[in-house]
Amino acid sequence: MATAALPARAGIGLKLAHAPALLAERPDLGFLEVHAENLMGAGGPPHAWMRALRERLPLSLHGVALSLGADAPLDRDHLGRLLALCRRYEPAAFSEHLAWSSHGPFYLNDLLPVAYDERTLARVADHIDQVQTVLGRRLLLENPSTYLRFQSSTLEETEFLGELVRRTGCGLLLDVTNVWVSATNHGFDGEAYLDRFPLGAVEEIHLAGAAPEAEMGGAPLLIDAHDRPVADPVWALYARVIARTGPLPTLIEWDNEVPVPARLVAEARRAEAAARAALVGANALAA
Amino acid sequence: MDAPHRAAFVRALLDPELPPPDGLAAPGGEVKRRFAVYRNNVLVSLIDALAARFPVTQRLVGEEFFRAAAALHLRAEPPPSRLLHEIGEGWPAFLERFEPAAGLPYLADLARLEAARSRAFHAADAAPLEAAALAALEPARLPDVRFRLHPSVQLVPSRWPIVSLWAAHLEAEPAAVEAALARVDPARGEDALVWRPGLEVLVRVLPAGALAFLGALAGGASLAEAVAASPPELDLAGALALLAGQGVARELILDEGTSHDP
Repeated sequence: MATAALPARAGIGLKLAHAPALLAERPDLGFLEVHAENLMGAGGPPHAWMRALRERLPLSLHGVALSLGADAPLDRDHLGRLLALCRRYEPAAFSEHLAWSSHGPFYLNDLLPVAYDERTLARVADHIDQVQTVLGRRLLLENPSTYLRFQSSTLEETEFLGELVRRTGCGLLLDVTNVWVSATNHGFDGEAYLDRFPLGAVEEIHLAGAAPEAEMGGAPLLIDAHDRPVADPVWALYARVIARTGPLPTLIEWDNEVPVPARLVAEARRAEAAARAALVGANALAA
Repeated sequence: MDAPHRAAFVRALLDPELPPPDGLAAPGGEVKRRFAVYRNNVLVSLIDALAARFPVTQRLVGEEFFRAAAALHLRAEPPPSRLLHEIGEGWPAFLERFEPAAGLPYLADLARLEAARSRAFHAADAAPLEAAALAALEPARLPDVRFRLHPSVQLVPSRWPIVSLWAAHLEAEPAAVEAALARVDPARGEDALVWRPGLEVLVRVLPAGALAFLGALAGGASLAEAVAASPPELDLAGALALLAGQGVARELILDEGTSHDP
C-alpha cells in the first residue's frame, strides 16, 4: 500500500457540501483532508464525492473518534473501518489525536485530555502500535489543545510526544493553533514549547482559528473553535516552525461557521506565502 | 489516569450538578470554569449532531425546545456509536415518552422518518432493478419470483400523516409551511417509503396495502406469498412498478428448480 507522501504545500479540510464547488472550480491545492468518520457510511453521496475528488488531489485521512487515549482497548470495529478506508482511498497520510473521546459504551464526541504519566504513556504507545500494525502504515499523532492539566502528570507534553515517537516510530501532526491555545490557557511560552517539540518527527501542520472566551476577570482562555481565520500569533509560531523544518504539508482547518471554498483556498494561499517568507528569512539569517 | 477517575470525569461531564473530578489543575484555580469548557463541548457537539440528523423535527418544535429536549436525552443516553450519522437511534422513542411533547403525538414518527432518510443516505450503493427485467419474465413464473430489495429501502409505518407533515416543514417561508399544513388531513395515516436508487434520497407515501407487501418481500417471501400476506386493497401493478423501474428492488431471484420452469 505504498502511497506518495503529502506534498509540502497547503491543503484544506473537506466539507462534503463543498465537493461540487471543488470539482467545478478545480482550485490549485496541495491536498484535501477529510474526517475519516464522515466516510464511514456504506455508500451514498459522501463516497461518490470522495471518489471524484480523490482522482484530482492527494488525500489526508484525519480520524477524530479512535480514542487513542482511552483506558479501554481500542474499538476493533472502528479500526476495521479505518483499514477499509485506507484500502479504498489510499490516503497519503493518516492522523489521529492524543486524546480520548469514548468511555465504556459511550461516545462523547470531544477530544478529552490525558495525564502525562508513565502509565498513560505505556497505554497510548500500545494503542499506536496496534493501529500501525492493523493499518500497515505510520500514524501521525496530533498534539492536543487543552483547558486543564492533571496534577498526576510527571512529563511535559513535548516529552510525552517525543517518547511516543521513540517507542512507536509514529510521526507527529503539529497543530500550531493548539500550541497557542494551550500556551494561553496554561500560561506557558509557545515559542519555548516549540523549541522543545520533536520537530524532526513532524510530517504535517494544522492551522485553525481559536475563539477568545469572555474573561470576566479570570485567566486568559482560548477555545479551539475552528470557526474563524488563523490569528497573527499562530502565523508567527508557524513561521518559527517552518524556518526550522523547511516546508511541510499544512492544513487550514475550519469546521464551524465554514465560509465558501474560495475563502478556504485563499487562507491556504496565505499559508504557502507565509512558509515561503519564513524560509527566505531563515536563509537570510543563515547567509 | 485510572479507570475510576475516568468514570468520575465522564459522570461530571454529563451531569452539570456534579463538581469537577479531583486531580485537575488550571491557572488561578479555575478548574470549574475550565471543566465547563469540556462539558459544553461534549453537549453542544452532540446536540448539533442530533439537530443535523433531525432538522425537520427541530423546525417543528423550534430550536429552543429541541435543544433542551436533546440535552435531557443525550445526558441520559449518550450515543453508543462513534459515527455521528447514527446519533439518535433512541431519539424517536425518547420523544414518544417525553411529556412536554405529548401535544404532538406524530413527533416520534416524524423523527423515525428523518432517521430513515439518513440511513438511506448512507446505505450501500446498488444498481436498481430495471422495469424490463420484470416485463421479460414469463407470466407463469411471476408467482414464484422473489426480490432482493435495494439496500437503502426503509419502511416507516405511521398512524399520522408523517410524509405530508415532513414535506410541509421543508417549505422555506413560515407562511408556506402554514399553508401546506392547512392541506394536511390529520386523521389520515401515512406509511412512508424511503429509498435511494441513485444519489438522491426519495420519500413517498406507500400506496394502499404496500407496507405489508414490501415487508413480506423484504422477509424473503415470493410474489404469491407476499400478495397473500397483503390486504385486499393492494394495488399490485403500482407496487410492482415501485419494485422494478423505480428502484425499490435491486434484483429478482428465480428458483430454477420450481415447477414453473419451462
